[in-house]
Amino acid sequence: MALDRWIALIFLLMCLVYGYTAFFTMDATLPPFMKRNPIWPSTFPKVLAVLGIIASLFVLLGFEKRSGTDKAPDIDYRRLWDYNIGQAVLLLALMALYAVALRPAGFIASTSLFLILGPLILGERRMLVVAVVALIAAVAVWYLVEGVLGIYLRPLPYFMGT
Amino acid sequence: MLEGLMIGLATALSIKNLAMVIGGCLIGTFIGMLPGLGPMSIIAIMIPIAITIGDPSAALILLAGVYYGAIFGGSTSSILINAPGVASTVATSFDGYPLARQGKAGKALTVAAISSFCGGTIGAILLMIFAPMLASVALLFHSAEYFALMVVGLSAIAAFAGTGQVGKAMMMTLLGLIMATVGEGALFNLPRFTGGVMDLQSGFGFITLAMAMFALPEAIFLVLDPARSKSADGGEQSEIKDMRITGAEARQIAPVIGRQSIQGFLIGVLPGAGATIASFLGYAVERNIAPKAEQEQFGKGSIKGLAAPEAANNAACTGSFVPLLTLGIPGSGTTAILLGALIALNVSPGPRLMVDNPQVFWSVIVSMYIGNLILLILNLPLIPYIAKILAVPRTFLIPFILFFTLMGAYIGQNNATELLILVGLGVCATILRFADYPLAPLLIGFILGRMLEDNFARSMQLYDGIGFITARPMTMGLLLVAVFLVFLPGYRARRARLRAAGVADGD
Repeated sequence: MALDRWIALIFLLMCLVYGYTAFFTMDATLPPFMKRNPIWPSTFPKVLAVLGIIASLFVLLGFEKRSGTDKAPDIDYRRLWDYNIGQAVLLLALMALYAVALRPAGFIASTSLFLILGPLILGERRMLVVAVVALIAAVAVWYLVEGVLGIYLRPLPYFMGT
Repeated sequence: MLEGLMIGLATALSIKNLAMVIGGCLIGTFIGMLPGLGPMSIIAIMIPIAITIGDPSAALILLAGVYYGAIFGGSTSSILINAPGVASTVATSFDGYPLARQGKAGKALTVAAISSFCGGTIGAILLMIFAPMLASVALLFHSAEYFALMVVGLSAIAAFAGTGQVGKAMMMTLLGLIMATVGEGALFNLPRFTGGVMDLQSGFGFITLAMAMFALPEAIFLVLDPARSKSADGGEQSEIKDMRITGAEARQIAPVIGRQSIQGFLIGVLPGAGATIASFLGYAVERNIAPKAEQEQFGKGSIKGLAAPEAANNAACTGSFVPLLTLGIPGSGTTAILLGALIALNVSPGPRLMVDNPQVFWSVIVSMYIGNLILLILNLPLIPYIAKILAVPRTFLIPFILFFTLMGAYIGQNNATELLILVGLGVCATILRFADYPLAPLLIGFILGRMLEDNFARSMQLYDGIGFITARPMTMGLLLVAVFLVFLPGYRARRARLRAAGVADGD
């Protein structure tokens, strides 16, 4: 089964869960006065769930013929291992790490680290350039966000004050 | 109209707003030139900044400037290195790149800039004429018609935005609508579908979603396939010199520009169509109506073939503002993002916009003229210098793109969990793109979801049930149009297959 039909299957399951919630569990918590309303919080989701199930079945069961002039896809996922998948995964992990580190480690430290490790993952080896660019960018962005836009970002790690 | 224009001029010509146009155009050109970054990603990245500005006119002027700039920048990279940053400038590279290879890069850029300028300006004039007319009609609309109109918009987007695969596009639209129901709606003070996760209480963040749908997958694709960003080698870049065009050439492209500006505008107004279709169609139409001798030239460096898509895509960009400003219904991914920004700034676009916030409406139109002018007189001479950015190594480019998407999501919500949601959604979006699912319908569905449900609920309450559909002929008619739109591509594909098999006849 091709990837697009797997996705349709996942979407179908999602719609079933969503629809189950909308049809059977949501209305129980509704306060009595709201039950006199012609529209309930679950009304619209019910419609969506039904339509979603129809659409996903349509794709899943392959009613849709691929268009004749099939353009070459951007990236062929069947040959995913031929691409730089390792780099992509590492970068995504780095982003997650940044998300976790941002608050405790402070903006400048975590951003510099992100902008140093990012180029390194992609194969940049001029260490000095990387470090200088990262530091300048981190401080400059911090200044812009904090000073110009007026949004507070904690620059330093938590143990060095707010 | 004249009065409105005056308001617009007064607002748009303030120092601050002029700076916004200039800044926006420059930033847009700058980033739009980077291969692989389209206007949608750029605007998504700029939104947090626009929102913190706080003034809706200034914010919209900035974003519109970025939008034009990005399209202009995209054309530049198509011409110079045959790397269209955006789908809508692919047609530009057909003739632009051959011209550059012949050593006429400067001329090609000038033709592109002039065509864009004319397309954008004619588009802005048409917008000025049509938008108030459409808005005065739209003022008669009830919530029931709004509901129906949004359904029409969503089905048109599903029918035309995908790669001919309506089922997939429908799925994505519905996914967007479903995601919009997560969290606490304005209508019922009950959290829905949060799964007990506190951070979902207020729903998915719109900026986070926009970043995750467009900017992040683009960046991941750039990582996966180094060939997508041709900036690293840089050897193919042609020298830019002699940017002048002759009078004969100007006469040759003038009618092309005129036709394509109008055609592009009209295509841009339609939901789901937009700049990409306008540019391809413009190119095809001009090739077909050109004299035989000139037809040969198309694809080998015809300046007509360059002028057509450029005029068309800029006019279409302007055209796509019509449904946004008059009905509050975005017809493309980009205008959907703009709509999200406007809502975040407490402006509700729609027919009331011209009454309630005339300065927003008119200053945007005036800023379109100014923006086009700036692109022509400021950016064109700067192009040889800006083009240097094409030499930024991808090892630096990609981490910075990723960092800006993270920053955008963080500034918008000030919440570190949002960043994890961003990464998660970004991975999902990348997988969806692998399978050739269109992502713009998802975002449009998400943005329209709340409004759709609100209008639906209001109609239900007014008519005490589903009766509003039959009680209001206009609603009924619009909904029928929506159904028709969804089934049309399937019917036509079937018809084409049958005709290919020699079964269907008589059409």
